[in-house]
Amino acid sequence: MSAATDSKSMEVSVWRGDADGGEYRDYTVPAYDNQTVLDVVSWIQQQQDATLTYRFACRVGMCGSCAMTVNGKPRWTCRTHVNKVTRGEKLTIAPLRNLPVIKDLATDMDEFFEKWVKAKGVHEPSTGRHDPMVPVDPASKNRITASEGIECINCAVCYSACDTVAANPDYLGPAALQRAWTLVNDEKNKDANTVLDAVSQSGGCHSCHSHGSCTQYCPVGLNPMKAVAGLKRATAFKFWRKRG
Amino acid sequence: MLDVRLYMAQRISALVMAPLVIGHIAVMIYAVQGGLTTAEILGRTQGSILWFLFYGLFVLAVSVHAAIGIRVIAGEWLKLRGFPLTVFSYAVFFLLLSLGLRAVMAVTWS
Repeated sequence: MSAATDSKSMEVSVWRGDADGGEYRDYTVPAYDNQTVLDVVSWIQQQQDATLTYRFACRVGMCGSCAMTVNGKPRWTCRTHVNKVTRGEKLTIAPLRNLPVIKDLATDMDEFFEKWVKAKGVHEPSTGRHDPMVPVDPASKNRITASEGIECINCAVCYSACDTVAANPDYLGPAALQRAWTLVNDEKNKDANTVLDAVSQSGGCHSCHSHGSCTQYCPVGLNPMKAVAGLKRATAFKFWRKRG
Repeated sequence: MLDVRLYMAQRISALVMAPLVIGHIAVMIYAVQGGLTTAEILGRTQGSILWFLFYGLFVLAVSVHAAIGIRVIAGEWLKLRGFPLTVFSYAVFFLLLSLGLRAVMAVTWS
């Protein structure tokens, strides 16, 4: 952090409350040339109000635990520079949308991960440890498709950005569906049909309206909307195969 | 709200509607070009199995397509779920079907 600008300060609004409701509270924090939103939240918690609750772990954009709503948009706060999002405006920090708040900036991620399981996002190996290893061609179409979504860090930014989740709480959401699409294309996953059946239920991939917010806000640049489109296509083909 | 069956029903009904919409627009343009009277139009459509099938299928496809679309809107905006949503969806389907078929019968039944 630059010492030259230590004397500058900035106003920050932080949402404080719990599942029963809350409100924005204003804080004055030091303004540095280079600081992330997570730095600001940490400074408030360490220097001004120790009761502020938030969640983070790695601070380098790998663990996916520090996502919050920053000036109205879902972002990974550890890799979000304050200057780049405020553009001179006041900084406003709130918990992620579409998830129940536990306290302040920490949301309850249970339903987010339960939906991963519901979408059959759990890897089921096709062979056991004593079987010979199945070779996977990195250049194969399936592997390339699977690899497109493999770097998801489970931060729930896409889930929070999704207007379909907001309107339909049963919808599995972009992250779980992208995980499902990855497994459908993973040659080492036992049964793609089980996954396709899971995402064909009410609340599955067919509820997606292709708004594209998931893809726009994904901090690691993945394309969950494309994955959901892939699932729609695969389930449509399966629909005909079943009847053929 | 939408499972794969409803999704496919909506896509297939859209597929059916696409050529029928074009046919319908072509008929409308043709009918107004020469200034056909109501009696002349009815003279051609009444008793015609072809026009009955054309617009009968159109009405059926529209009823399926629109009922599923409105079902999603009702689910997302009115928060209807489960049995009430199913009843609502069928109500929209039968309303559109009955209104549409009534119109089809009126112009194709002799």
